[in-house]
Amino acid sequence: MCGYAGRILRVDLTHGTITKEPTPAEVVRDYLGGRGLGAYLLWTEVPQGADPLGPDNKLFISTGPLSGTLFPGAGKMDFATKSPLTGGYAGASMGGMLTAELKYAGYDAIILEGISPKPVYLYIDDDTVELRDAEAYWGMGSFALEKKLKDELGEEFQIATIGPAGENLVKYACINHDFGRQAGRGGVGTVMGVKKVKAIAVRGSGGIPIADVAGFTRVAKEAYRACKEADGFDAWTRYGTMIVTSWCDENGALPTRNFQSGSFEQGPSIYASVFRQTIVVTDKGCFGCPTPCGKYSHSEKHDIYVEGPEYETNGMLGSDLGIGDIEDIARANQLCDELGVDTISTGGAIAWAMECYEKGVLDREQTGGLDLRFGNAEAVFTLIERIAHREGWLGNLLAEGVKRAAAEVGQGSEKWAVHVKGMEQSAYDTHDATSMLLAYMTADVGAHHNRAWAITYDIAVGRDRVTLEKVAKVIELQHIRPLMDCLGCCRLQWVELGMSLDYYAPVWTTRGKTCCTSPSGCGI
Amino acid sequence: MRLYADSAKCSGCRACLVACSLHLFGENNPKKAALTIVPHFPVPGTFEVKVCTQCGDCAVACPVDAIHQNEKGAYYVEPDECTLCMACVDECPEGMVFTRPDVDYVWECDLCSECVDVCGPGVLWIAEQEEA
Repeated sequence: MCGYAGRILRVDLTHGTITKEPTPAEVVRDYLGGRGLGAYLLWTEVPQGADPLGPDNKLFISTGPLSGTLFPGAGKMDFATKSPLTGGYAGASMGGMLTAELKYAGYDAIILEGISPKPVYLYIDDDTVELRDAEAYWGMGSFALEKKLKDELGEEFQIATIGPAGENLVKYACINHDFGRQAGRGGVGTVMGVKKVKAIAVRGSGGIPIADVAGFTRVAKEAYRACKEADGFDAWTRYGTMIVTSWCDENGALPTRNFQSGSFEQGPSIYASVFRQTIVVTDKGCFGCPTPCGKYSHSEKHDIYVEGPEYETNGMLGSDLGIGDIEDIARANQLCDELGVDTISTGGAIAWAMECYEKGVLDREQTGGLDLRFGNAEAVFTLIERIAHREGWLGNLLAEGVKRAAAEVGQGSEKWAVHVKGMEQSAYDTHDATSMLLAYMTADVGAHHNRAWAITYDIAVGRDRVTLEKVAKVIELQHIRPLMDCLGCCRLQWVELGMSLDYYAPVWTTRGKTCCTSPSGCGI
Repeated sequence: MRLYADSAKCSGCRACLVACSLHLFGENNPKKAALTIVPHFPVPGTFEVKVCTQCGDCAVACPVDAIHQNEKGAYYVEPDECTLCMACVDECPEGMVFTRPDVDYVWECDLCSECVDVCGPGVLWIAEQEEA
């Protein structure tokens, strides 16, 4: 099967057994890979009623047929599981280098099932696959461990880790990789934590079979050229997703003080231009990306390195908490990464607590002595630590997410718990933005923007209008975006740089003519 | 002519390595490229791009004269003539002569420019040698 490594790695953590199964051709024909494969496996393998934190839940880590190939943005990996945060489907996408490396090692996907009796890490070096003792690593920060494993195993190993928050079963713990990339949403790191898998380390020496090397290379290079020649290339690669901040602020879509407002009076101090000038060290791309949005930063004020902040983090740990200092946001970002919590949900949870404090629903005794005023960055840093360690009443409460926290606290606080299906809303204020609101309400995972980024359409056509065209737009976006997620590549070349969708079809559906990846093209 | 790299612009994406392996071996495998990217993370957060300088030391070191120059002036290894003695690998000051267990000859940059074509940030370019 061209485009696929051809094997799936099944790891039974309860019994410590590892099996290599052929990637089922009929399944990847219908579901391609990545998000499609992950959702298929979740649906077919995890029984109805399974406890997300019980032994019946599984974590499916899937690459796509384009992952690791010469195609723009072919660096995406999908994590699927039953979400501890929402109780429903969790599908989280992660960039970086791991998806490519896993295929080079010879695997399209990893299935983690059961629960290990002790902390382990999964070691994959081509055909050598082992569960190794991770007792000594338990409690370590995400990137501290990534560095340690790179030092021990070698720079070529690509590594994913969880932080203390995953171990402590914070409901929105994330999985970290490549010193700044995350599978952030829905608690995929929580599931890794309950399974006692502290890390995954992968090295692969093989290639990816391609049916027509010359034809594939030609189309891929044309796609690269289209990205490089796009009008928005210079601005996008200079600022990355942070470029959205000023646009949102000016259009009333920048979440501010727990979504009480859509513009922030300190907004200009957290815009992309300030970010780039103040703290960015280098551009940092995921695998095979001609338009790198990743920005690696150094804050002198806090003496920390962090990838980001990305826009969503800037909104949720910045304006939504009333914080207008880019270095404070970078610090909060770095704490979340190292401790292993999703920046969006963490920001949403803390913003809710701050509004409770503002309205007198939470007092200083309940906050554990913290002065939880909007804008108090030091209190935010402390609270992130407490959430990750489930420390104190409030830290433990917020570790459950805003839906459960508001149900516990009551007193009307449910009204300002901003979530869908229990997932904290990402950084677009949807007051009078009906397409984006519909996108959040109908997203399979909960209030996350990657299923349909419709806010620009709201602004373009008039945000307060409620029309069938807006519904049609959301449906259209929800039908295009899974393509990239299933192929294992990034959507931003299409979204931000207008790379034509026409490039995708030739590399995987032309049935053997210029195909690199189509199962049909290989006679299956 | 030689390949130049401005490491400060590199974002570490490795598209160049894949393009290189497709050219040299017809394989989508960045471990079979003729240039390298060395990440330095988490501190100081930089990528170091290493490329062949076409100094020719490899050709001088080769005991069987398996290393020749192509029309662009690039030193290249003739696979059939290489004995894998590793003299060129040991001699190369840049570590830019490559081997893998599944390849029965060494290889190096032949100035094909595929890496230059796919690099988004414009890290790589091919130009006449600067006088030392």
